[in-house]
Amino acid sequence: MGIRFVLLVNKQGQTRLAQYYAEHLTLDERRALEGEIVRKCLARNDQQCSFVEHRNYKIVYRRYASLFFLVGVDNDENELAILEFIHLFVETMDRHFGNVCELDIMFHLEKAHFMLEEMVMNGCIVETSKSNILAPIQLMDKAS
Amino acid sequence: MEQLKTIGRELAMSSQGGGWAGQSKEFLDLVKSIGEARSKAEEDRIILREIESLRRRIAEPDVPRRRMKEYIIRLVYAEMLGHDASFGYIHAVKMTHDDSLPLKRTGYLAVTLFLSDDHDLIILIINTIQKDLRSDNYLIVCAALTAACKLINEETIPAVLPQVVDLLAHSKEAVRKKAVMALHRFYQRSPASVSHLVSNFRKRLCDNDPGVMGATLCPLFDLITEDVNSYKDLVISFVSILKQVAERRLPKTYDYHQMPAPFVQIKLLKILALLGSGDKQASGHIYNVLGDMFRKSETSSNIGNAVVYECICCVSSIYPNTKLLDAAVEATSKFLKSDSHNLKYMGIDALGRLIKINPDIAEEHQLAVIDCLEDPDDTLKRKTFELLYKMTKSTNVEVIVDRMIDYMISINDNHYKTEIASRCVELAEQFAPSNQWFIQTMNKVFEHAGDLVNIRVAHNLMRLIAEGFGEDDEGADSQLRSSAVDSYLRILGEPKLPSLFLQVICWVLGEYGTADGKYSAAYIIGKLCDVTEAHLCNDTVKAYAISAIMKICAFEIAAGRKVEMLPECQSFIDELSASHSTDLQQRAYELQALLCLDRQAVENVMPLDASCEDFEVDTNLSFLDGFVEQSIENGASPYIPESERAGMSSVNNFRSPYQQEASGHTLRFEAYELPKPSSIPVISQVSISAPTADLVPVPDMTYYRESDQASKISSVAEASSADIGIRLRLDGVQKKWGKPTYSSSSSSTTAEKATNGVTHVDGGVKSQSRDISHDSRRQQSEVSSEKQKLAASLFGASASKTEKKPASTHRVAKGNTANAERSGVTRAVSPEISKAKVAPSSPPPDLLDLGEPIMPTSTPTMDPFKELEGLIGPTLTPASLDNPATTSGPKAPDLMALYTDMPTGSSSSGVTLASGDAYSADKSSSLAKSVPTTKKGPNPQDSLQKDATARQVGVTPTGNNPNLFRDLLG
Repeated sequence: MGIRFVLLVNKQGQTRLAQYYAEHLTLDERRALEGEIVRKCLARNDQQCSFVEHRNYKIVYRRYASLFFLVGVDNDENELAILEFIHLFVETMDRHFGNVCELDIMFHLEKAHFMLEEMVMNGCIVETSKSNILAPIQLMDKAS
Repeated sequence: MEQLKTIGRELAMSSQGGGWAGQSKEFLDLVKSIGEARSKAEEDRIILREIESLRRRIAEPDVPRRRMKEYIIRLVYAEMLGHDASFGYIHAVKMTHDDSLPLKRTGYLAVTLFLSDDHDLIILIINTIQKDLRSDNYLIVCAALTAACKLINEETIPAVLPQVVDLLAHSKEAVRKKAVMALHRFYQRSPASVSHLVSNFRKRLCDNDPGVMGATLCPLFDLITEDVNSYKDLVISFVSILKQVAERRLPKTYDYHQMPAPFVQIKLLKILALLGSGDKQASGHIYNVLGDMFRKSETSSNIGNAVVYECICCVSSIYPNTKLLDAAVEATSKFLKSDSHNLKYMGIDALGRLIKINPDIAEEHQLAVIDCLEDPDDTLKRKTFELLYKMTKSTNVEVIVDRMIDYMISINDNHYKTEIASRCVELAEQFAPSNQWFIQTMNKVFEHAGDLVNIRVAHNLMRLIAEGFGEDDEGADSQLRSSAVDSYLRILGEPKLPSLFLQVICWVLGEYGTADGKYSAAYIIGKLCDVTEAHLCNDTVKAYAISAIMKICAFEIAAGRKVEMLPECQSFIDELSASHSTDLQQRAYELQALLCLDRQAVENVMPLDASCEDFEVDTNLSFLDGFVEQSIENGASPYIPESERAGMSSVNNFRSPYQQEASGHTLRFEAYELPKPSSIPVISQVSISAPTADLVPVPDMTYYRESDQASKISSVAEASSADIGIRLRLDGVQKKWGKPTYSSSSSSTTAEKATNGVTHVDGGVKSQSRDISHDSRRQQSEVSSEKQKLAASLFGASASKTEKKPASTHRVAKGNTANAERSGVTRAVSPEISKAKVAPSSPPPDLLDLGEPIMPTSTPTMDPFKELEGLIGPTLTPASLDNPATTSGPKAPDLMALYTDMPTGSSSSGVTLASGDAYSADKSSSLAKSVPTTKKGPNPQDSLQKDATARQVGVTPTGNNPNLFRDLLG
């Protein structure tokens, strides 16, 4: 399966984007899970490594200004690659929004989701070319 | 570059406006207020208000489409922030019907976020997906495929499968890519439904578009994980793709930080690692490209290191190649020496993989490993413990386990605590240097991890104390027991002990508390009574305690001493005889009865040290065969196994008289009917219990038939009746527990009842499956105990350095014993098995490690005996043991090549040296003599000797904590 979920959380612990791949969680399960892992990750400092073990999987996280990107992955996943996948996601959003910030994602939540949909399917990374990721979204913008 | 420059929140707030044109003021205000919320409570208030207004407005007629899209996104917000927005799901579903692409896609997105794939509303979307898959606009097709990945479940796969397969040949690469992934999803959901289509993935691997090829690697990876052998032919293709990617043949757009398509490279390396594992020929194809990748590796960026790490993983997985191993070791040491914690983490992980091939690699990096172990970063620490776990041997087990326990005590995370406790137990069971140490370690684990420990461990500990370590020395065993008793009496002073540990303590005190005469019976009984008072204990502990008291009383009576009942003990007995638990009551009454018996009787009832007696349990109940036959001759119906009964009972339930009873709902004046009419087993039971009353079943049958018919009539009428409260409704059951259907779940009361109804069906199935596993496990262990005995006598000679390799076989033996315990036998380990269980802690050292990859991964399918036959030869001629390579038969040349290939430097030569030493030491001794040393828990002399050998091998402790290094890495 690889990637179990992608979470964007700001430093106050508020969720800004959430996408789950492994199974459909109920609202309560999601709330509990997000609270638990956000607390775990926010408590860490810059010196510590960007990976946290949680239950039977790992969380790879990365911070950009006020925003944390958390990706839950299975144990046999390459953590460094996931770390760079996060960066690729951010770079892609940056190319689209131009100097992306938390509010861009908040105002265009669906677009952030669309980009993620292009990049990850069934918990696997399927597309890493920025132009391929953004092409359908730009076409859609033009059409509307 | 690492950190993207982002505008601060406040700044962005003020600059909003132009960039977000087209969205309503309301939406902007909502997002802004969520963004500005300073607490979760404030955020909740905002969302609840929002939900209220949406609930009203979304249902208004003629909401403009664009406005509706915004509403849907606002719903997404509400759900994302943890509030139920189910009232709006239907509107999201409606939006998927829209013709405009942005609206349609938003609708699909919302639906995938809101609904699980078994939600009732999904059925309304299937049609839309089907229609969209036929669309001329490829973007709409893509949107539908993306949604299909999330929404289609096992039952609905056939509805879209033909269209998805057609789309695999679509002219647009984006569509082909998504069609591949949709098919991948279907495979994940239900492999059987697409098993005839997997060849499509092979075809798509050769797609002209690199994006489609890259995506195809995902399903192929899954397929290869399942079945390596069917894809060996693709090794060459994968290698050539990897080569091309690494040589920058892909379009520039796939580059990431100057690396050519690194994510594709990583996926390919993962696949190659699977294909090359244990396959020398396949690995041969891979060596070249891996070598190139190491040479050209770029270690200044994260992504470069990610690829290097994947190369290391691949090297450690495929058939070993010395040059590549060297490169991997070098790369690993770069990771470990790095300042970045991330790289150190990867380095520790890589080291853990490499030491499986050559355990000596770790030596070089002792300092780095210790650093990581003492790092304040928890993640790094855990990873290091994982590494230590992999490199534990009998020479360092004490230090490692002590460290693990210390760490276990310091953490609160129950999940990890459980894991590390079970690892401690596993290591201690495998490598314990002495019985004393083993018991102490177990005590610590129980004390601190308590009820997180698997109950099997407790049983193992009790058995171990009862049996000793299989040595024939009774003196040592009794010494072990009395030291256990001492330690438990001491531990009982602790304020809070977990229940599982209390059970062990009670059992040991009962069996051996008075055995050595050090403590009086009254003292131990007093302590046992204290246990039940001081610790808030459950019924299980109480049962253990009263049984322990009973044993002590019995031993006293048998020894001719009078038992004086302490007042607290008497009150304990009184309490239990009035207990709600019938089990406790029975035990209390049994104790009281026992106290009145004379010496002779007591000796028979409770013989001393009887826990080691063998019990033969005849699970077939063959002694009843004659009785059963006679009953059948007399006209009783034969027994029908529970598994066959299960299906029937659900049918029976449907027409059971209960329904009729419920339908009446008025006061009934006639007596209640007997339960469950036509289920035959009940009758057969009756006839067995009362074989003389042959006539009994017949009138019963007629009686039931009558009532059956009556209920049949009423049940039809009643099927639609609405009094759900009383009736046992089983129609809801199927929906809840059977295959997922589209009906909504029934009310909670029925659901509850339903579970009751189902459990016994369930139980039937469960017990059946347990039987199967029981059988297969027994078979397995028979084989493995043979194997182990052979292995022990074969490789035992070289037992000076113990590695962890045979853990798997060991576990099988253990599984068997645990299994036997479960089936109610007090002591089920026959001497042979226990010996076998003990033996494997002395696996072959480097020999097996290096030799392992030779044995193909298909070992389990091969006949283990055949395989062993080849190995028997050398055993019979001990002389051939001199050369470790000969033992592995025809593959010896490769092994030798590996040995000679190895650089004669300080570290690697340790392997040959160590084993050489061992052989020369043991050569003089006979084979038979070498076997005993393979026993678990070697005596102190052995470990001293081992320590000495280890030191000879040339570990020169450095740094400020030399002792630690020596123990850890020696």
